[in-house]
Amino acid sequence: MSKGVTAMTKVNPDFIKKVATSGEFNATACMNCGICTAVCPMDIELLPRKLFRYTLLGLEDKLLENTNIIYQCLLCKMCEENCTADVHIAENVRFLRSYISKEVFKL
Amino acid sequence: MPLPIDDVIGLMIDNLKKRKTVFPIPYRRATGWADGLNIPEGGKTVIYTGSMYQLLPYMIAAVKNMELVEDSFLGKFVFMGRFFNKMFNVSAFVSIPKKADVKRYKQIVYNIAKLLKKAGVEFGYLYRKELYAGTLAYDLGVDDAFRIQAKRVYNLLKENGVSTVITVDPHTTNIMRSVYPTIIDGYDIEVKSYLEVLATSDNLQPLHSVEKEITIHDSCVYARHESIIDEPRQLLKRAGYTIKEPKDNKALTHCCGGPIESIFPKMSHTIGKNRIQQFKDITNGGAVATMCPICMASLKKASGDGLEIEDISSFLVKAFCD
Ligand code: SF4
Ligand code: SF4
Repeated sequence: MSKGVTAMTKVNPDFIKKVATSGEFNATACMNCGICTAVCPMDIELLPRKLFRYTLLGLEDKLLENTNIIYQCLLCKMCEENCTADVHIAENVRFLRSYISKEVFKL
Repeated sequence: MPLPIDDVIGLMIDNLKKRKTVFPIPYRRATGWADGLNIPEGGKTVIYTGSMYQLLPYMIAAVKNMELVEDSFLGKFVFMGRFFNKMFNVSAFVSIPKKADVKRYKQIVYNIAKLLKKAGVEFGYLYRKELYAGTLAYDLGVDDAFRIQAKRVYNLLKENGVSTVITVDPHTTNIMRSVYPTIIDGYDIEVKSYLEVLATSDNLQPLHSVEKEITIHDSCVYARHESIIDEPRQLLKRAGYTIKEPKDNKALTHCCGGPIESIFPKMSHTIGKNRIQQFKDITNGGAVATMCPICMASLKKASGDGLEIEDISSFLVKAFCD
């Protein structure tokens, strides 16, 4: 990829609808402060804040590119303990896994 | 290259659907801990192990094999294991546990039951009928399989007239107490961790003096999901131990790394080592008490021989039982 060109990513309205109607993903209160990522013992840039941004923006491709990271979350809730917006972070990660289990792994 | 997530998860979920557990083990290995304790079968109040401690020796053996293939081309062939597993129990061939591990984890459940008896708690056990609670399926987001297992467990409890369960590990406690009610209408089972039960008992008084410092490792699930923080401290104190607290403790405890071990063994090990360093910062070769079979296995592995890492029940039994 040449300098200054970013990978093509397309918003998937279908994905946005599925997330909204699931009733299981809720990060609307997220202020994007990044505390969760700062305290996460995994020390992975995308976990969990950016994953939630991708989800809210409907960037399904970006999420699926990072499937490994979604399964690298320990569900330890260190992030939740520190989140001042009360986002149910571990539940949201679990939702992303259940989405992948159904839609991609067909389990 | 990491292991193929879909095949690793698929193998465990196929087991859950077909064999009612993520990791089928001979039933005597699940119930043998109760030998000699004369625990009645069934009853309104039962100890519920969910086989977590009993499964751990098998998991340890399986993860060892996975680590060997994690970065090799063999990792790609996990799908073959999944294919054959549909016909016979592959797990029984690929993970032969160490005898010492089987003995160690069995002894922990035995000790917990002994402590409950000493505290004067009346309880039964479902023996062979007891089922795995479905924890891993829930954590991995395989919701359909998890729901089926949750209903199986609930039906089992109702059919046997159980109204209260005493759990022995944090994961089963959390699933049965906080998750089942969200997916089963009218769920009415009272769920208590044995640590909560023991902490409220006046009958439990030390019989032996145990002057020793113990560093406490809170499980994320007990501390952050279930707010079980004071009970283990009260019990260790009552037993006569001096408690040492690592840098990250109580509601801000540091994960042991274990939850991702079945898919990312090496990353899991790094997290475990980070936690071990926090213990080493405050204790030199001292004792560390864990409260979860997964924490114990991960931390033992990460520490090498440097620390005495044991389940909290092993320390309690030394003070409270004959
Ligand atoms: S800590 Fe909470 S509010 Fe801040 S980025 Fe994370 S989820 Fe959003
Ligand atoms: S729950 Fe997941 S994202 Fe949150 S701190 Fe733990 S590992 Fe990080």
